[in-house]
Amino acid sequence: MSGDHAELPAAVRVRQLEDRVIAAGLTTDAELDQILAGVYWTGSPANGARMVARAWTDAGYAERLLADGNAAAAEFGFGASSRGGSGYRLKAVQNTGRRHNLIVCTLCSCYPTSLLGPSPSWYKSFAYRSRAVREPRDVLAEFGLQLPAETEIVVWDSSAETRYLVVPARPANCAGLGEDALASLVTRDGMIGTAAL
Amino acid sequence: MARYAIGTRVRALSFDPDGHTRLPRYVRGHRGEIVDGHGSWPLPDQALRGVARTEPVYAVRFAARDLWGAGSHSVVVDLWESYLEEAE
Repeated sequence: MSGDHAELPAAVRVRQLEDRVIAAGLTTDAELDQILAGVYWTGSPANGARMVARAWTDAGYAERLLADGNAAAAEFGFGASSRGGSGYRLKAVQNTGRRHNLIVCTLCSCYPTSLLGPSPSWYKSFAYRSRAVREPRDVLAEFGLQLPAETEIVVWDSSAETRYLVVPARPANCAGLGEDALASLVTRDGMIGTAAL
Repeated sequence: MARYAIGTRVRALSFDPDGHTRLPRYVRGHRGEIVDGHGSWPLPDQALRGVARTEPVYAVRFAARDLWGAGSHSVVVDLWESYLEEAE
């Protein structure tokens, strides 16, 4: 943690909680550091972007990704675990011209960290969590995404042990691009569903 | 074994436990449809009390109009089997 934040009330509470669980013998400082380092070292939106780009260029991969997200992530060597080893089910949902998918966790902030990196602060905000399920069209408009009235919106609330990855629609005018160039077009927000590409 | 097949109409129970649950308040009492099965996972309501019990978890789709009285979108919520009953 940065020294600038060490005196914030939340940081003080986290430190006290850490002290208590370490004192209780449930974990060690070194183990906590190792877990965090693992999350931040391996978790990146570049991982999800590579999966999306392959789905755009390889119909067989797209089919496998939609059928079994964990196996499709494993093809790249990406794991589906972000909480010190406990796994989750990965489900990919595909945006089309007719359907737009949006991800939220209303109860807390569940998020596929290994494929998207650390979640943005707004994803954890009460405003996003409460409004995304109630008025997603307005929320998306505030993100700058105006969807046609006829586009169906499906909001996925990650309330259990499944994490969701939005496969954005492939942008127009990128027919000649290879997989790596396509991956560079994929954004984190596109894979949460708050942006189109 | 999962009790509900995809396409089954279910209703989220409207219990209000003192302890932890992952049944969001906004779907309690509402009818939805099973759209996917997520396999079996530990029931958090029990796990926090040290009881190991796994149950099937389902993706259940609710119509925004049913939940909020307005809206054309749908909301899919992941719910443990004991949070649900079959709807007529």
